[in-house]
Amino acid sequence: MTTLDTAPVRRRTASAFSAKIGPSLFFLAMLVVTLIVLLPVFIIAFTAFKPIAEVNAFPPSLVPTEWTFDNFTRIFTDLPFARLILNSFVFAGGVTVLALAFDSLAAYVLARIDFRGSRLLLIVIVASLMIPFQATLIPIYQLVADLGWVNTFWGLIIPRAADAFGIFFLRQFFLSLPRDLDNAARIDGASEFRIFRSVVLPNAVPALLTLGIYIFVNNWNDLLWPLVFTTDQEMGTITSGLTLLTGPSGIVPYGVMMAGSLIAVIPLAVMFLFVQRRFIESVASTGLK
Amino acid sequence: MTTTTDRRTVRYRPPAQLGGRGPLGGSARRRLTIIAFLVPALTILALFVFWPMASALRLSFTDASGFGREEFIGFANYVEVFTDPNIVRAMGNTVLYTVLFTPLSVILALALALALNSPRLPLRGVFRTWLFLPFIVSLAVAAFAWQYLLDPQVGLLNFWLRGLGIQLGNVLQDPVLAMPTVVFVAVWKSFAFYMIVFLAGLQDIPSSLYEAAKMDGAGPLSRFTNVTLPLLGNTTGFVLIIATIAALQAFDQIYVLTGGGPYRSTQTVVMQIYQSGFKDLDLGFASALSYVLLVATLVLSLVQFFLTGRKAKDAH
Repeated sequence: MTTLDTAPVRRRTASAFSAKIGPSLFFLAMLVVTLIVLLPVFIIAFTAFKPIAEVNAFPPSLVPTEWTFDNFTRIFTDLPFARLILNSFVFAGGVTVLALAFDSLAAYVLARIDFRGSRLLLIVIVASLMIPFQATLIPIYQLVADLGWVNTFWGLIIPRAADAFGIFFLRQFFLSLPRDLDNAARIDGASEFRIFRSVVLPNAVPALLTLGIYIFVNNWNDLLWPLVFTTDQEMGTITSGLTLLTGPSGIVPYGVMMAGSLIAVIPLAVMFLFVQRRFIESVASTGLK
Repeated sequence: MTTTTDRRTVRYRPPAQLGGRGPLGGSARRRLTIIAFLVPALTILALFVFWPMASALRLSFTDASGFGREEFIGFANYVEVFTDPNIVRAMGNTVLYTVLFTPLSVILALALALALNSPRLPLRGVFRTWLFLPFIVSLAVAAFAWQYLLDPQVGLLNFWLRGLGIQLGNVLQDPVLAMPTVVFVAVWKSFAFYMIVFLAGLQDIPSSLYEAAKMDGAGPLSRFTNVTLPLLGNTTGFVLIIATIAALQAFDQIYVLTGGGPYRSTQTVVMQIYQSGFKDLDLGFASALSYVLLVATLVLSLVQFFLTGRKAKDAH
């Protein structure tokens, strides 16, 4: 890897070789690395379009010789897949919307208002980041069961409707906004909620977008959570549903699985294409690193 | 709490009517506003983070099974955690997983971030987008793709490697190779996030520092060790902590790829918590195991906090 790092910083006085050939070698090396990294992604995309016979054929092939949509129709008959897609959207979307609202309200107070105990509160919230959620999973499950929320969206969404990471992340971002903005509004007699909604939130769109995507992706992709809080196949998510495809004998219908996986990745890929650049900028500006 | 006031002299404090603390702690209306803003988030955290923490501690001293009465059994669960050879093995597996995963993913992420940050790389934006793809694929889905690639009969990667004379065999059924394979899949899946964090850190380093180092005759390697690494200290500390925590909590890829096998060689603590708690319904024992994991995570995080000099929250 070090050769990749050192290649671009060669001295300007170097020969035509390092000026012209050097960068293209660097480019080629990165291209190879990227192709290797993306191999499983290609496998998901191509296998989804292979007929069953070709999925299990020897010698194996990367690109299908014959393209078919069979796997895509089968995923909807083998699983209640339309329902699982809906569940994934409601679960991940619901958590994202609620967590953004609750986290930003708390973060606003912690970043913009000085009050007795605010520092202690912040320390307690940050400390809770280190608690592995698995350590609290059983009591959470008991609580959710007592509330009668197993196999409901409530059970999936409410326990995650606020999180310490989001509060901390948004607080860091809110701190960086100039205080003159809210003070000017305060002199004009605006309420705290109005300042929050009309002054701070519009200026925090990149951070909200970043956190929103982070929360959405994590929940969309989560396996353990829906596995624990839903026992009914109809209430599962795409991710937990796909694991059910493995037969009792351990035989995996890869073509069908990959078709389902491809459908699962598409919403996330579309989101990322739109906000990838902002994501990096936002990480840079919140001091998360 | 009053002592915190003196320690925050740097921070600007507006007068009371602008939201700063007044001499008596502000009006009732102001207090109500603060409470209203905090209540939703704090209620959720209290109900689903802090109360479960206390509850898990209580459960860990009982023989709770989800049915019937819970009897207080003292430290019996903890004794079992540290004496049952299977559980000790699971702890060893978790340590092995962490020791393999953390350095590998952090080094790979840093190397690729450096490459992606280099102005000499054409189409940097395109590479960034493509290399970020593994992060959005779920770990469970990625595990299925790798399982297919590594299949001893029809796996393409296995087939290609055989063409190169490398005989992998059935890595997921091999008690020695299963764990490195699971770690490999996790590194593939996770490095992109750490890479983005490193990239953000690299972009914060002023280029004037590199030019100054160049003027002093520093070569690429010495610029890396004398400029890049020290200035990335906080970023590296943060990535190390989150990678370690991720490693200690590994579940999805193990659940899909090996289910803890073969012969418990990939059975980690979290897999064991899931099995004891939700399959065997041995809630007391699973809670004790959870607390051991919690304490281990806490201790490791604190050690890394102090080793890297500053707290991650001050890493700005």
